[in-house]
Amino acid sequence: MKSWSEKLRRIRALTLKETRQILRDPSSIAIGVVFPLMMILLFGYGLSLDITRVSVAMVDEDASSESAALIGAFRLSPYFGVTVVHSMAEAKKLVQNRKADGALLIPSDFSRRWHSGDAEIQILVNGTDPNQARIMQGYAQGPIAQWGAAHAGSSSSFPAGPVVVVDRMWFNENNDSHYFLVPGLIVLVMTIIGAFLTAMVVAREWERGTLEALFVTPMRAGEFLVSKFLPYFGLGMVGFLLCLLAGHFLFHVPLRGSLFLLSLASMTYLVVALGIGLLVSTLVKSQFLASQLAMLLTFLPAMMLSGFLYDLRSMPAFIRGITYALPARYAVALMQTLYLAGDVGSVIWLNLGILAAMAAALLAATRLATRKQLT
Amino acid sequence: MRSSLLRILALIRKEFLAVLKDPRSRFIIFLPPILQSLIFGYAASFDLNSVPYAVFDRDHSAASADFLSHLDGSGIFRRQADLGRASDISAWIDSSRVLLVVQIDQDFERRLLAGEPAQVQVIADGRNSNTSGTALGYFETVVDAFNAGWRSEHGQPGPPIRVVTRAWYNPNLDSRWSMIPSLIGTLTMMGTLMLTALSVAREREQGTFDQLLVTPFRPLEIMAGKAIPNMVIGLTQSTTILLIAQFWFHIPFVGNFAVLYAGLGLFLMAAVGLGLFVSSIAKTMQQAMLYAFLLVMPFALLSGLTTPITSMPEFLQSAMVINPLRYALDLTKRVYLEDAGFAQLQADFLPLAIIGVVTLSGAAWLFGRRLT
Amino acid sequence: MGDADPGDCERPFNRPAAVTTPTSSPALRLDGVSKSFRRETGESVLALDHISFSVDRGGLAALVGPDGAGKTTLIRLLTGLLKAESGVVTVLGIDAAKDPQAIQSRISYMPQQFGLYDDLTVFENLNLYADLHGVTSENRRTQYARLMEMTGLEPFQKRLAGKLSGGMKQKLGLACTLVRSPELLLLDEPTVGVDPLSRRELWEIIRKLVKEGMTVLISSSFLDEAEACEHVLVLNEGKKLAEGPPAEVSGLALGRTFLAQPPDGMKPRDFQARLLAEPDIVDAVPESGQVRLVSQAGRGSGTGIFGGVAAQPTPARFEDGFMVLLQQSGGAKPIDAKTLQPEEPLGGSRNESVVEVHDLDRRFGKFVAVDHASFNVKRGEIFGLLGPNGAGKTTTFRMLCGLLPPSGGTLTVAGVDVRRASASARQHLGYVAQKFSLYGQLSVGDNLAFFARAYGLGGEKKSERIAWALSQFKLEPFVRLPSAHLPGGFKQRLAMAASLLHRPEILFLDEPTSGADPFARREFWQRITALAAGGVTVIVTTHFMEEAEYCDRAAILDNGKLLAQGTPAELRARAPSEEGRTPTMEDAFIAIVLEARGKPAGKSGENPS
Repeated sequence: MKSWSEKLRRIRALTLKETRQILRDPSSIAIGVVFPLMMILLFGYGLSLDITRVSVAMVDEDASSESAALIGAFRLSPYFGVTVVHSMAEAKKLVQNRKADGALLIPSDFSRRWHSGDAEIQILVNGTDPNQARIMQGYAQGPIAQWGAAHAGSSSSFPAGPVVVVDRMWFNENNDSHYFLVPGLIVLVMTIIGAFLTAMVVAREWERGTLEALFVTPMRAGEFLVSKFLPYFGLGMVGFLLCLLAGHFLFHVPLRGSLFLLSLASMTYLVVALGIGLLVSTLVKSQFLASQLAMLLTFLPAMMLSGFLYDLRSMPAFIRGITYALPARYAVALMQTLYLAGDVGSVIWLNLGILAAMAAALLAATRLATRKQLT
Repeated sequence: MRSSLLRILALIRKEFLAVLKDPRSRFIIFLPPILQSLIFGYAASFDLNSVPYAVFDRDHSAASADFLSHLDGSGIFRRQADLGRASDISAWIDSSRVLLVVQIDQDFERRLLAGEPAQVQVIADGRNSNTSGTALGYFETVVDAFNAGWRSEHGQPGPPIRVVTRAWYNPNLDSRWSMIPSLIGTLTMMGTLMLTALSVAREREQGTFDQLLVTPFRPLEIMAGKAIPNMVIGLTQSTTILLIAQFWFHIPFVGNFAVLYAGLGLFLMAAVGLGLFVSSIAKTMQQAMLYAFLLVMPFALLSGLTTPITSMPEFLQSAMVINPLRYALDLTKRVYLEDAGFAQLQADFLPLAIIGVVTLSGAAWLFGRRLT
Repeated sequence: MGDADPGDCERPFNRPAAVTTPTSSPALRLDGVSKSFRRETGESVLALDHISFSVDRGGLAALVGPDGAGKTTLIRLLTGLLKAESGVVTVLGIDAAKDPQAIQSRISYMPQQFGLYDDLTVFENLNLYADLHGVTSENRRTQYARLMEMTGLEPFQKRLAGKLSGGMKQKLGLACTLVRSPELLLLDEPTVGVDPLSRRELWEIIRKLVKEGMTVLISSSFLDEAEACEHVLVLNEGKKLAEGPPAEVSGLALGRTFLAQPPDGMKPRDFQARLLAEPDIVDAVPESGQVRLVSQAGRGSGTGIFGGVAAQPTPARFEDGFMVLLQQSGGAKPIDAKTLQPEEPLGGSRNESVVEVHDLDRRFGKFVAVDHASFNVKRGEIFGLLGPNGAGKTTTFRMLCGLLPPSGGTLTVAGVDVRRASASARQHLGYVAQKFSLYGQLSVGDNLAFFARAYGLGGEKKSERIAWALSQFKLEPFVRLPSAHLPGGFKQRLAMAASLLHRPEILFLDEPTSGADPFARREFWQRITALAAGGVTVIVTTHFMEEAEYCDRAAILDNGKLLAQGTPAELRARAPSEEGRTPTMEDAFIAIVLEARGKPAGKSGENPS
């Protein structure tokens, strides 16, 4: 029918214009291609929670053979770098000047109490970095146990304690942090391309005044929106592909779910992100404001409040409530599950359904907000 | 000289008027730091305070009940279900209804009473290995407590050495105490860099830049007229976050304000310099925004904010020498929590000063090349 | 132009010979339409006040009025982009409030600022609009050929639209609008910034389109264009002043229009100033070395004495009638010369050269924007740079102001070699850009304060100058208004005020009257005249050829080359003289440019020299 072919022709022309604009503006390419690559590198190689070596200042107030042996055990450990100092004050100074990460105090009654089975040592960690503090505590178990085993025999046996924990981490046996970073990466990349970049796109047309002439043509508001949507969807898919390839070839993260579902999930989230970007852009009509809003409403929540890095269950109730409104939350759950757990029906259909509903609602809202009218 | 200063003052005044008179830009300058520090402050913590778990207890003995009561009493673990069959386990883990499943074998109590080690198996949902790792750590702590209690009740000797941990500066090892002061630098840098880059790009797009170039303003004066107001705004943002940290989150500030603001001042100099740099490459506002973002992202992620710099590969560690945020984070935290002084923070102040001088001179040079 | 009637000497744009018989319903119609806007400050502005107006199908109508009269609002209402608050807007039989899309699909509209896509080439922009309007490929070929010829954009087809000069962008916008032939064509000031040659070509096209049955409504600040239409609507402050054939408006000045020769030694613009001070004079404007004036009603016909000089009666033009109309409705004369206090004259001798340009060259890659131009400007002179788009005027200007370094040649402004100019040299310059380039978010007062300080004015001096600026340019009521919200003409005034705070020796004005109506233009030139009398050197670029009459000397540029310079009389002498009719500046301009391009000179290419 004539009107359909005309509609398509108009959409084609507008999409072509938009695509050309993207290709000719270096910043769009930067976001579409450079940004995903950069994030891949950052997340893949830059962010690591493994601490390899901890430096500890040891204060030996006991100066017995046992305490010396204990110090020796720490020195032998590959996780520790030991500096022996003579007082806690010195140790604290070292910590303050960042020459040591923590201190270990062997009190003066150590060997005496050891023989009565009541020995105690103190670890003083720098609370400014609680994460490191905890890790140091954990690492310290090693040398202590070793020392304890070496000195076994003076008293009774030292069972490891009646209850022994055997743990298994499903989906990520090797505790490889890439396994959870890569799915989150996809969500972040989709968010930036879908929402942040797009947020400026409609506002820019308003600011530059290109819309007045465009509106007085057979072009419908819906066609205009479609032309904004399609090229950025394509760009988002490019980003997705880059992450997918990196995940597989660079970081060897297994994809246990179906590629089809993963793509479907990504595309749905991308549509949601695009919807937010376009809606903000249409309502706000200022590039500056639109981009700031997009940052605030999409990217930061995707980083912080999606469950990607920080567990949602441990957040205060009020914040948790907010996360239910965030599409990134559902996307992260989907990505993590599809990658690591496989096609888990209960998780997938629920989250996918919510995302799809959000996508539909946002697109409808944007369509309503786009009217061929000047102020 | 005097006339130069007067001109710079005029530019500063103009910049403040332009930024503060428009309610929308007031909104954008003050609201995000407040919102972000609140949200990050509450959300950004690797600590867990609620771990849902399910238990598959095949023993149903007093001992297993005792053990489970330790778990439930921890205030962290929350039991969601008592599973009846092993096949239920995957359903509960897969659907994310629980983070851990604790499996107690039927000979649990028997072995305990016999003085033999009794195994408890824990299955964790590794989709977020960081979270489950932490949860497992907590579990171990609970087990240790149970073990110590059992041993003392049943007359068994304790562990060879008791380790008592104490923390300097952050006695409860509350990760908020570390995260929120870090936000002072992070959020301010993000805001300041972008705002600076945008303000120049906007003048170019609107044509006011040309008008400025026709007046007696020298390129350096124009640059100072952009840098100084943005630095002041940045300081205001930092102060807002500082106040939120102190009075909302009740994190005690033990340091010296002079040291803190000296550090922040240098840091903002560097941030503004980078913003001006970006603005000289960007031809439009969109480009300014996007390039600023592309610069801020790696700087923020690799600054030691969420993960330590020492864990990064060597080449990245060397690259981060030029990251002003990394120095700012270090110095803010240390002043805030440890009352660090100028002497201790030399390794932060010096690089910040250098970066600031380099970026500002680079931007000045680029500005001077306006006649292309 | 086959329809040219040689007897119509006064009107270069001839009316179409035949008018199609109107069909039953008019092409467009407004019935008691009102529209108001809310300013950011909260107050409501009535843009249109119960306007009723209609144009029959196949008609050619013009919309004229001062800046802010409501012309753009009216046209936007017709496109359906705005909704009327009361009254009915009907276009092609369709109610604009009920089905704007139907209208938008059937008409073509060129807004005042046609936003082109800077990242797309000329060709790509055209194709976009062709696709949107559903122009088929076969139609495109012929249409494009026609459009390229009219706009002269053929060699630039692959150039990015963002890299075109202002005037070329305007032409491209026009081309994109005319990419198909709709039933109704709405043009909002389409010829702003367009040179006379292209204007004539455009009008040829419009006339052809009307002959083919199209209805055209043009809003224009060129009153001779209004004269060329069949039907005119004159608006002022949202109210209708007149509607009907242009002759009705011209008729208002019947018997009251004269041409007077300025006394020896007196410049036309100074004579004009003297005449405007007389109570009997409604309007005066320099024309071809004389001054055309319109007297008050009842002053009698026949030769009269004005300003101590005998004046010859002359047929009334549309513009004369228009000024009468404005005076009738507005009350006061366009300009009250007494309010323009002359400045204390600046020092320096009158014969001194303040701007010297020698062999000025500017290249962008292979493209030569300015090719060995040489000229100089004496103190207190008003010097005009005239030329078609892409001629190199703006580039030359930017070099004069120090915004662009020359590729070759020397440039001395106020005795300083601009290439090595220090910032202090700029203290002597004032500059008003074509596009408003002051701080939109800052109020009028803040902008003035800023620029005062920028030029080193402080304390009492600053307050004094700002007070002067506010009263001179009538900006007092707007002192606190963010300058972005100033009505159009006032933005220009603010820009000019800001450039004069520091009493510059030399004032650079880039297209200062572009798009302004005759009213505003008179006022503007009055100011410039006063400034020049006070010793300020003014360098101006303009597209209004008749404004060259205000200049002491002018230069004509085309394709980067300086083709001619001299006094207006000298330049006018270059035009071939027609029977009994004094050649206008526009004729001279066209002759000079065509000659340089190697085309036959003469009136629009009709009579080869």
